[in-house]
Amino acid sequence: MMNPTDYQERQLELAGWPVRLTSYRLGDTFYCRADNVSPGAWLARTTGRTREEAESKALERAQQLLSRTRRVPEAGPRSS
Amino acid sequence: MTGYAFPEVLVETDWLAAHYADPGLRVAEVDVDTAAYQEGHIPGAVGWSWNTQLCDTVRRDIPSKEAFEDLMAASGISNDTTVILYGDNNNWFAAWAFWQMKIYGHSDVRILNGGRKKWIAEGRPLSTELPKLERTSYRAKGPDFSIRAFLPQVQEAMRNHAAALIDVRSPQEYTGEILAPPGLPETCQRGGHIPGARNVPWATACNEDGTFKSCEELKKLYSVQGVSGDKPVIAYCRIGERSSHTWFVLKYLLGIPNVANYDGSWTEWGNLVGAPVERGKAA
Repeated sequence: MMNPTDYQERQLELAGWPVRLTSYRLGDTFYCRADNVSPGAWLARTTGRTREEAESKALERAQQLLSRTRRVPEAGPRSS
Repeated sequence: MTGYAFPEVLVETDWLAAHYADPGLRVAEVDVDTAAYQEGHIPGAVGWSWNTQLCDTVRRDIPSKEAFEDLMAASGISNDTTVILYGDNNNWFAAWAFWQMKIYGHSDVRILNGGRKKWIAEGRPLSTELPKLERTSYRAKGPDFSIRAFLPQVQEAMRNHAAALIDVRSPQEYTGEILAPPGLPETCQRGGHIPGARNVPWATACNEDGTFKSCEELKKLYSVQGVSGDKPVIAYCRIGERSSHTWFVLKYLLGIPNVANYDGSWTEWGNLVGAPVERGKAA
């Protein structure tokens, strides 16, 4: 049994979307999780020997996913 | 928790820290991220997977009564066990499991206020050991589908306004700007919302630490959108888990008697041929 320590949350913008990074340490490993802020859905969970390493991996994966998000334009007549 | 209609359905982290090993109590973790349980869970907790155990894996449905009974029995849960549910994303799928347990008539089921996030933030113990479980012979009741809305009911509610429709997705999903939460695969053909539905994002019911807002704050939040308990409410989202969170808030924290979760949600409505769709801002 272990107790998580060094819990931290921060927000940043990634690929035009607000993202929340949550990280903490469990034993010798740092865990990081990236969620979109709205609606709060999980994007990535990673580990690392340091917080920076875990966050960097999570940001890379979240960036990949978020960059695929398509904004749908309002319907209307097309023009060429 | 003063003021909630049914405060007994919530437990706080400090209470659970003192009671998680009690006989007659079973803790179950249900996450969006189905691998989070293996990383570390509340000692003694079982882990349920929403996409294999809390659904029918062949047709789109909740688990059958037999499958639900089997899950409970395998989890060491008897009909009189107190079940404490928690999970990530402020208890999205814990609420989904709670809703299913009520469909199948489990009497004593509760949610950990703040979920996995608050437990970890407070530095409380996690274990990677799987609990030793003794199989029970569980007998489900029901199903009670008064708390589940199917498509014909939702269509009727849209036509005659007999029920308040609450869309709990993000504003961008509601307006049709995006077809799924940012970063997630698009799972519908059209964006927008059911005509007449009001947008009250699920997260507006929560505090920053993941706990539920006070009864007064919740009343105010929903009453300005026309939800005050004088008529039935149907909540929906994309696949039904976020709306089970709102269903829990409305039914158990505010005590609105007639609330149903439309688990077909936008992945059903937004893929229906010919279904009316409203885009843009709230009506």
